[in-house]
Amino acid sequence: MLDLQGYGPRLIEGAGVTVQLAVLSLLLAVALGLLTATAKMSRNWFLHRTATLYTTLIRGVPDLVLMMLLFYGGQIGVNAISDILYYDFEIDLYINFNAFAAGVLTIGFIFGAYMGETFRGAFMAVDNGQIEAGKAYGMSSGLVFRRIRFPQMMRHALPGLSNNWMVLLKTTALVSVIGLTDMVRVAAEASRATHEPFVFLIPVAVAYLLIASVSEWIFARLQKRYDIGFGEH
Amino acid sequence: MPDISAWFNDLLSGNLIFTPTTLGYYWTGLVTTSQLVFLSLVIGLVMAVPLAIMRSSRRKWISLPVYVYTYVFRGTPLLIQLYIIYYGVVFFDGIQESFFWPIFREAFYPALIAFTLNTAAYTTEIFRGAIKATSKGEIEAARAYGMSQGLMMRRIIIPSAFRRALPAYGNEVIFMLHASAIASVVTLMDLTGAARYVYSRFYTPFEPFLFVALIYLCLTFAILFFFRFLEKKLLAHLKPQTP
Repeated sequence: MLDLQGYGPRLIEGAGVTVQLAVLSLLLAVALGLLTATAKMSRNWFLHRTATLYTTLIRGVPDLVLMMLLFYGGQIGVNAISDILYYDFEIDLYINFNAFAAGVLTIGFIFGAYMGETFRGAFMAVDNGQIEAGKAYGMSSGLVFRRIRFPQMMRHALPGLSNNWMVLLKTTALVSVIGLTDMVRVAAEASRATHEPFVFLIPVAVAYLLIASVSEWIFARLQKRYDIGFGEH
Repeated sequence: MPDISAWFNDLLSGNLIFTPTTLGYYWTGLVTTSQLVFLSLVIGLVMAVPLAIMRSSRRKWISLPVYVYTYVFRGTPLLIQLYIIYYGVVFFDGIQESFFWPIFREAFYPALIAFTLNTAAYTTEIFRGAIKATSKGEIEAARAYGMSQGLMMRRIIIPSAFRRALPAYGNEVIFMLHASAIASVVTLMDLTGAARYVYSRFYTPFEPFLFVALIYLCLTFAILFFFRFLEKKLLAHLKPQTP
């Protein structure tokens, strides 16, 4: 059998970190994506430009570079703010900018840009007549969003969303580089210590495939749910 | 030349972080990144064409192994693949005695192998999609001309699939450029590696990382424009006809 030489519990803990990180970043990315899509479709010149700049810049720079910029730069930024707070307002506050927060923020921020594109396409695919009908019923624009635009948009967004999630899941491996102990970092450390890379790295690769398969199943069920009323199923 | 170097030194004078030395690191990094990305893309592309044909085969024993390969390489993080190859290369029997060892001891070749296998997997799936989307009429026309399976592949299916795959392949090239940043993790001095080195020397994260981010951005745009240009040339016949 597989001999993990005592690294088993740490690997499982690492897998927990990976999953938490991925899910939290996904939530942040979806929220940012919805905001970006709305800003991109708005007639406001400033909002439109800002959203375009955000998606262009993020998609042009490697994730790892952004992550390092935020992680190494974030601590200095936070220190600068706490310095100002201390010297000008005499508030003694030390914030440790931890790797987990940096990971969630960067991954969420990066995938927000991709989600924005996905959601924008999906929002455009919702029939305008539906929205007009909602307005004719006297619904507020918030209610139209919640009851009409969002549920119908999700049907079109789900394939892209599931794609983005798969890429996001694999991107979480990068946090091991900035010092977060996810399963990749544990496996890499164990490989170096024991000189048996395959014993640790291959199970981690399999774990990624497992998580991907489980999420594929979840997305298929969601798709079924949002496809209700559109035949075929 | 003395003029330019004097101007250059003048420009950099009083600047602690952008010295000729650090700019030299960035240059080395740019060269390494370009070599890695270019070589892996070219080799990956050459591998992907036969693999995509095998993957579209109706015979299970031909298509299944390729499917397993693409599934594994697309389903796991590139970082894991890189670690497995980088740490695992010593376990090949006799490699340390063979004359390949000086090559494989360097991080460059394990990184190149990992990137090549990864991009080949993605490119295979892109081509497979394009081959699958070949219109029935084209195949029927080729058959009606009495073309053999091989000739039809070579003259009809592959060229038309290439064109259809172009936009998706452009994305894959950009993805590969960005993914190559992880080469710095296995001690390679690529662009990101140079930024990390400068950061560790001066403890200033903003200048090095923003600077390389800018370089990556320029490279991304260059690739983007190149593929737009190619698409314009090769996909001209697909554009809506204007009278």
